[in-house]
Amino acid sequence: MRNLQAKTPGMGADATIIGGFLALGAIYALFIAARAVDPLMGFHAYVFLSAFIAGMFALIVRATNPAPVDESGYQTAVVKAGVFASMFWGVVGFLVGVVIAFQLAFPDLLYFDDLAWTNFGRLRPLHTSAVIFAFGGNVLIATSFYVVQRTCRARLAGGLAPWFVFWGYQLFIVIAATGYLAGVTQSREYAEPEWYADLWLTIVWVVYLLVFLGTIWKRKEAHIYVANWFYLSFIITIAMLHIVNNLAVPVSIAGSKSYSLFAGVQDALTQWWYGHNAVGFFLTTGFLAIMYYFIPKRAQRPVYSYRLSIVHFWSLIFIYIWAGPHHLHYTALPEWAQTLGMTFSIMLWMPSWGGMINGLMTLSGAWDKLRTDPVLRMMVVSVAFYGMSTFEGPLMSVRAVNALSHYTDWTIGHVHSGALGWVGYISFGALYCLVPWLWKRKQLYSNALVEWHFWISTIGIVLYITSMWVAGVTQGLEWREYNEFGFLNWSFVETVAHLHPYYIIRALGGSLFLIGSLIMAYNLWRTARGDIRATEKQPATAHAVPAE
Amino acid sequence: MLDKHGFLEKNGLILSIGILITVAIGGVIEIAPLFYLESTIEEVEGVRPYSPLELAGRNIYVREGCYTCHSQQVRPLRDEVERYGHYSLAAESMYDHPFQWGSKRTGPDLARLGGKYSDEWHREHMIDPRKLVPESIMPPYKFLAETQLDYSQVENWLKANRAVGVPYTDKMVENATSDLRAQLDPFSEDYDAFIARYPKAQIRDFDGDPRMISEMDALIAYLQMLGTLVDFETYKAEENYR
Repeated sequence: MRNLQAKTPGMGADATIIGGFLALGAIYALFIAARAVDPLMGFHAYVFLSAFIAGMFALIVRATNPAPVDESGYQTAVVKAGVFASMFWGVVGFLVGVVIAFQLAFPDLLYFDDLAWTNFGRLRPLHTSAVIFAFGGNVLIATSFYVVQRTCRARLAGGLAPWFVFWGYQLFIVIAATGYLAGVTQSREYAEPEWYADLWLTIVWVVYLLVFLGTIWKRKEAHIYVANWFYLSFIITIAMLHIVNNLAVPVSIAGSKSYSLFAGVQDALTQWWYGHNAVGFFLTTGFLAIMYYFIPKRAQRPVYSYRLSIVHFWSLIFIYIWAGPHHLHYTALPEWAQTLGMTFSIMLWMPSWGGMINGLMTLSGAWDKLRTDPVLRMMVVSVAFYGMSTFEGPLMSVRAVNALSHYTDWTIGHVHSGALGWVGYISFGALYCLVPWLWKRKQLYSNALVEWHFWISTIGIVLYITSMWVAGVTQGLEWREYNEFGFLNWSFVETVAHLHPYYIIRALGGSLFLIGSLIMAYNLWRTARGDIRATEKQPATAHAVPAE
Repeated sequence: MLDKHGFLEKNGLILSIGILITVAIGGVIEIAPLFYLESTIEEVEGVRPYSPLELAGRNIYVREGCYTCHSQQVRPLRDEVERYGHYSLAAESMYDHPFQWGSKRTGPDLARLGGKYSDEWHREHMIDPRKLVPESIMPPYKFLAETQLDYSQVENWLKANRAVGVPYTDKMVENATSDLRAQLDPFSEDYDAFIARYPKAQIRDFDGDPRMISEMDALIAYLQMLGTLVDFETYKAEENYR
């Protein structure tokens, strides 16, 4: 393929545009920093300012020292950076999760009288955003940049724009995370960052969409590969959800606080339309794209059914968007909306399992590889978890079931079977594939360590979800339990006390998952360095690097 | 029909537009009617915008992430109505930007918390939850009692709320600062004007420390009004069957 890398020093059009944008941004950030009406806005303005100045500095360094030419013609450096960021934020997000799990189990152990930022209420959004957006988002951006290049046989469009997407997204994460700890939040679940962080993410996301579409436009393959449909719907739908759900009026243009455009019942449905489809389009559609590229690639088998892919894709994205109201059963949301949400949630079972079948059956004729390739096994178990949690989800969306499960830890268990099992494992699988491919290594540093990671994490997941099932069902039943005199049998706090053992088990399960991810980080680091564990040297043909 | 899919696979822009239309439909059909169907929000008396002090307290409730463990939505189920009180109406959160219905009850629902406990109980409970409720797993909020409330932006809070549809009058905006102080002082000159603007507002020094206006003052003022605005003695549920 043609080599498109710029070889001459100097500023290209892309660098000039980005540099100009950063310069304008820096001036604006300085202006806001000087006029900030609250200290948190002042702090964030300085964070933006430093990031913009660092960005301009990096552009100048790059213009004077041109980057080495990548012989493959693909933009791989930004994917490598994405792999690193994914692993870093993954460990951070899992760690915060373990911390808040221990807080719930042992409230006196980790609570501090005067340190507001250590409280559960501030750490919980940090955990959810770190795992969903920092870990998951970086995995999605990195893999999408990799997959779209390979399946289109074209270098990423936009010159330095992919780097702007990568660093702009990291800046969003830093702004969001520091904001949570300091108390900057919209209190919209999974959309907590305030208005200025949302505007910044919108800019980054539009550039991301343009880079992705631009690469598709320059493709040398006639057809757009199925994984790219899923990536595309993830990028487009998240943009729509993000913009509508975050509509708000800031108190001051130089202040961190805003009030949402919608109120009460309309606001609730808008938020859960967003919230459920953050699951549907961030954590499902995006990761299905990973499934559709990495499983066939790793198993060296074609996708099971092209027709099923088409039916799966369009029915999944059409139906998912309706499912939000099942978060609001028995609330003040009108019943017709609840019923619509429930109906579509049950219908959603079909496309979900269609996707699972398409993923699993891709293994046809290659099932024996599950014994020898722990990476492939991780991805297949991931798809199995996907099938399980997409069965459980429709069940919980039934109003009668939801009356019991809602507000309890059953929901937490359900989310984590999807998040740890499906999203976690498909991401781990993709990262285990990517590192040897990107760094051009024949094999991972150690397959045995992958086995350790797999089994430790799997035990962790099982402990997590089973303890939360029992905790949720127990508490749900106790809330509605009457004694023989017709009075409620338990005070609220008694039902909290009963959860103590399950909270300990959950914290242990989460710790195992964290330990697994640390093993993985070590293994990937050694792989990138080019090390192979002495006892695990394989014949040269064992894992072929995919054809360019 | 599936054979025609190749067309979409060759046209990135048309594929993108197709995706956008497909994912827009569900949201439009479910959300848009909530803005014009009159039956969405019940007709009730008593719901009013938050007083400046209550709004300040609500800002702290949002800031501390209370919604991560407490819901504000009593469902019409027998045990919930017995445990918490009358089920929540849509009208009760019509001025909530954003809503605080929550999704998890690690702690109890707070939709009808107002008036259930004394101010002193709330203060002591937030300073050290396990002193009053040994089994509680709530974190301590001692710093709220020690932190001065920053209400320099209170007029702008009301203006921003007015911009998104809360019916704050010019008088309410003009007097926001004095109203905030008046709610903490039963002997203030602004008492009558304040209570006329915010009927049913409770007026007293909420944290029991008259030396400063603390964040604890604001938060307790907010907690003590939760669920108290609608008079359910006179509310006729059957008139609002939907």
